[in-house]
Amino acid sequence: MRDGKSADQRPLVVVSKEKNAVVIVAVDDAAARANLEPGLPLANARMICPELNVVDEDKAADAQALNAVADWCDRFTPLVALDPPHGLFLDITGCARLFGDEKSLLTNLCHALGRQGFVVNAAVASTPVCARTMTRAVSGAIVLQGEEKAAVSPLPLFALGASEETIRGLRRAGLKTIGDVAIREPHEITARFGAGLTALLQQALGQSDAPISPRKPLPDYVVEKRFPEPVATDAVIASTIDLLAHMLIASMEKSGKGARRLEASFFRTDGAVSSIMVEAGQPVTQTHTVARLFREKLDALADPLDPGFGFDMIRLSASHVELVIQEQRDLDTHAQDDDEIAALIDRITARIGKHRVLVYLPQDTHIPERAAIAVPAQHRLAAAHESAWMECTRGEPPLRPLRMFGMPEPIKIIAPFPHGPPAGFQWKGRFHRLVHIEGPERIVMEWWNEEEILPQSSSRDDAFNRLHPPHGEPQDAIDHKKLTRDYFRAEDRTGLRFWLYREGVYGREVRQFCWFLHGLFA
Amino acid sequence: MSSARVRTLATLRKALVGLETMGGPDAGRVALGHAEVDAMLRGGLARAAIHEVFAEGRFSSTATGFVAGLAQRVADHRTILWIRQDFAAREAGDLAMTGFAELGLDPRRIVVVFAKNAEMVLRIAADGVACRGVGVVIAEIWGETKAFDLVASRKLTLASSDSGVICLMLRLGASPRASTAETRWIVSSAPSPPVAEWEAWGEPVFDVQLVRNRHGATGRWIMKWACDECIFRESFSKQPTAHSQPLVTAPVDRPDQALAYARRQVG
Repeated sequence: MRDGKSADQRPLVVVSKEKNAVVIVAVDDAAARANLEPGLPLANARMICPELNVVDEDKAADAQALNAVADWCDRFTPLVALDPPHGLFLDITGCARLFGDEKSLLTNLCHALGRQGFVVNAAVASTPVCARTMTRAVSGAIVLQGEEKAAVSPLPLFALGASEETIRGLRRAGLKTIGDVAIREPHEITARFGAGLTALLQQALGQSDAPISPRKPLPDYVVEKRFPEPVATDAVIASTIDLLAHMLIASMEKSGKGARRLEASFFRTDGAVSSIMVEAGQPVTQTHTVARLFREKLDALADPLDPGFGFDMIRLSASHVELVIQEQRDLDTHAQDDDEIAALIDRITARIGKHRVLVYLPQDTHIPERAAIAVPAQHRLAAAHESAWMECTRGEPPLRPLRMFGMPEPIKIIAPFPHGPPAGFQWKGRFHRLVHIEGPERIVMEWWNEEEILPQSSSRDDAFNRLHPPHGEPQDAIDHKKLTRDYFRAEDRTGLRFWLYREGVYGREVRQFCWFLHGLFA
Repeated sequence: MSSARVRTLATLRKALVGLETMGGPDAGRVALGHAEVDAMLRGGLARAAIHEVFAEGRFSSTATGFVAGLAQRVADHRTILWIRQDFAAREAGDLAMTGFAELGLDPRRIVVVFAKNAEMVLRIAADGVACRGVGVVIAEIWGETKAFDLVASRKLTLASSDSGVICLMLRLGASPRASTAETRWIVSSAPSPPVAEWEAWGEPVFDVQLVRNRHGATGRWIMKWACDECIFRESFSKQPTAHSQPLVTAPVDRPDQALAYARRQVG
């Protein structure tokens, strides 16, 4: 909870609405001294203490704050898990030694978070549940392996974190501390309160362990640099990234690996952490590639990296690591070209995002707008190179347009006789008189791929509908995606070549034709 | 004395020619196939330079076809980097890869980049031109822009002459401004040559105007793109003569006549 450092000296309570009653969910020290506690209705609280500073609960902001603290905690260990609503688990296995020992890590963490204005209860133990149980009662406890039972036993039951009802039930049975419950036979507890409580109890006592679920996947390689004095200038940041890239590549090189995803985290002195991620189509094995990708990304940031009062730590981590086979390149220029193209695509992608750098893959369909799908070039370059496009007939003029409109443009046509091919049409305020026209090429939509259309729910039964068909259009809402299309190639007097289609089959699907311009030929 | 002056002049001329043709390691040229145009361009389109293609908005796809043809000639089965401004994509439609395949371009080698604005198009084009692995860079910008000024075009030209990568500027709905381009073309569509009713029509035909050529004269031609040979050719187009229009009723809701006849025969 944030420390209330405002001038307002009144007791602070946070309230939310539960079952139509405004209930206190959190209190500060002053309010606690006035005997207010979570769960008390606000009206009762005002009776006890009329001078109250009431704040509405904001769960989203709480979650955001917790996430920010979790980000900051990344500096101690890469394995940080959330324990909502206001807890965090840090797996410090093997990390404590980097900070001296567990004790100094704990004080370091509490002190730094305290400076940011948080009130922290922290504990170190061999299982997450045991540590959490300890934090509910005392702060700064370190429970060594094998001493869990002794440490946890004297604590009151609520520290266990079981549900309200369970605790009430246990109290009623005369069990007041965790130790009271622990001396019972497990099967008694299970029979009365379920297996969940038994499992929780065993974890609190260190008899069994449950893994935490970290927020981020563990990076394969991590290098970091801490600064005694915060740094803020671009030059220092760039040279630090260069240095870190050098270290990272050197450590990956030992095992012959290259990274596909790199993340730079910038830890600001005031606790804010910003991360920048770059991806590469091929595993990165060169220091200058890393530096260049990050430079592109930093240049292109919409809101530039705000150093505030400076960064006290910069970290570079690599994930999606792959084994790199050092291929002997022959004098085949195409292979070298491909490498250069891949590097170029990575650089452009780092600057403008992967959904803006595309290659096309052919699809097995005859519906023109689905004939090719665009996919990010970074991931699918090789697939695009291998793909097989349909062979074209020799001696034929192009039958498919060069440019196609995402939404076919509706046009008004004139035709010498009804339902005939058009003699001209109006498009974008210009009339095009057609000289050549060829068609129709009929394209039927893929009815075998469409999901089944459910019959429209009607208050009357189907027999009635069949006897009394609705007047007017055969179908009220025409599904344009299912209509047959008849395509025409057409050329106007100036030599512009169009691809037009009319929608539907007369009588069966539509009563009136609509015409569209789908694309333009060269 | 006079002979000395002549010699000086000759050396100066030589130096000038050297300066003028400074274009990459090997200022190669790629023949387009159209004999007159190739003669005018001294053998073809110069590599290691930038070339501009202008067209009115309504001729967007004609210009696209022309640029695609040029790209196919110079790319030599290497990657084509096509950089498009978002607005151009919205205004003139998407590039349809099936259409490119029919023109003879390999869709497998086309990488399309969508950039937000003209500045970004030029920045990415500069990156692309600097990369030797790229076959050709095409920058598509819609409308007038201040971003592509003399400085920007000079930068691209220098990068291009260093790497030997050709850069084609596709400028739709824009009018030419000063630049360091090697050639500048204005493209519009031309009618297909008159054909009999049973003959195929619809090969790409362009009305091409060469309005700037740093090493030769300019001119105007009707060219067509021969899809099977992947080469530009002369097209003998006249004004559309009065030939009859096909006005056969299209079968609307019944099978094709021939098919129906065949079926009757069988049944």
